[in-house]
Amino acid sequence: MSEETIKLNIKRQENNETQPYWEEFEVGYRENMNVISALMDIQTNPVNAKGQKTTPVTWDMNCLEEVCGICSMVINGGARQSCTALIDQLEQPITLEPMATFPVVKDLQVDRSFMFEGLKRVQAWVPIDGTHDLGPGPRIPEKKRQTSYELSKCMSCGVCLEVCPNVNDNSGFMGAAAISQVRLFNLHPTGSMNKDERLEALMDEGGIAECGMAQNCVQACPQGIPLTTSIAAMQRESSFHMFKSFFGSDQEVE
Amino acid sequence: MSKQDSSFALRRLHSLLGVIPLGVFLIQHLLVNHTATRSEEAFNVAAGIMANLPFVLFLEIFVIYLPILFHGIYGVYIAFTAKYNIGGKQYGWHSTYRNWMFLLQRVSGVITFIFIAIHVYQTRVQVFFGEEINFDLVAQIVDNPLWLVFYIIGIVATVFHFANGLWAFMVTWGITQSDKSQRVMSYVSAIIFVAVTIIGIRAILAFI
Repeated sequence: MSEETIKLNIKRQENNETQPYWEEFEVGYRENMNVISALMDIQTNPVNAKGQKTTPVTWDMNCLEEVCGICSMVINGGARQSCTALIDQLEQPITLEPMATFPVVKDLQVDRSFMFEGLKRVQAWVPIDGTHDLGPGPRIPEKKRQTSYELSKCMSCGVCLEVCPNVNDNSGFMGAAAISQVRLFNLHPTGSMNKDERLEALMDEGGIAECGMAQNCVQACPQGIPLTTSIAAMQRESSFHMFKSFFGSDQEVE
Repeated sequence: MSKQDSSFALRRLHSLLGVIPLGVFLIQHLLVNHTATRSEEAFNVAAGIMANLPFVLFLEIFVIYLPILFHGIYGVYIAFTAKYNIGGKQYGWHSTYRNWMFLLQRVSGVITFIFIAIHVYQTRVQVFFGEEINFDLVAQIVDNPLWLVFYIIGIVATVFHFANGLWAFMVTWGITQSDKSQRVMSYVSAIIFVAVTIIGIRAILAFI
């Protein structure tokens, strides 16, 4: 084993009520390491850089291939997934912080319920459950499928909310992820049967009108989803919806 | 809109008022002022026409004062609900052009609100108490170099807020949707900023 070590500086917190503190760690270098494997080494041998025994660092992980989104954290100042954060490409000491937009559960683990509540509010799904076979759905035009595919890459990692200046404790803004999901499900031929309900949820408090157009979300999205185009598209739909129902309307779809 | 919370309608109203009537009024105001670059008399004639419009107080209240109060007060509220994150070099995406514009739009908005309050006190309120609206009224104010600097900062901030606000208006109403259209609008907004600032600065310097 080589003598080379990796220096990590980790922002730790016992729970959301206690004060955060920084703890330094050094772990042995191996080829092709990522932040997760370094954290696993700390878990195996929870000793900090001063040689003191400490508690193992807590973090979330699951798929390890940047499709589940759960291992998101702030690495060297930028919010991203720790599974694809390769040690060789990071400047040392590597700083690891929990995402600040969400309440901390412990150490690098955060509670992303706020984002999931947003997805629930806008009904980011296609309701097809019934007691009988509804038959095959309508065909999706190829161009629409391509656009939808890009939007469907969202893994609800929370990075777009983390970088957004308008998602914070002073505002109820739901952030880009949920807005883009409305576009995805409203594009879908079956999903569009409920598009008015999703638009009305978007036009509620904390909805699309609170976007400040800082456009950090589209820069930070690890999946390269055209979030700002989605937001502008939904702004357009919301404007139409507002005009159509200005003096009250019984129109439901289209 | 019966089922909706009012915040969506308020935000859309805020966006609309910024352009119509406030943006239109700003341009018209600066163009009237620009007549001062021709001559003192030209400005007095142009300002006289504006001041003697029929139902001028009614026009002022509904086209200027109420929209400014709503846009300003609601705007200050918006500015103070954001958590600004312009960062150092490690925050790569933090220092993008749009994130800067997001910050500057709010900073310029607050400056504009303060500037307009003082400007209205120095001009319209004085006229209400019997001063005459003419070239000398403005010339007396900017005779003091500190007030001149204050006016120049105020004009630049106001025009910036208007030009960048046009960009946001286009996104808010869903007119510019694609990346490309938003980028083109960024250039258009920059050109408007430069052109209208030149008009405004030339106008104020004509009073010296």
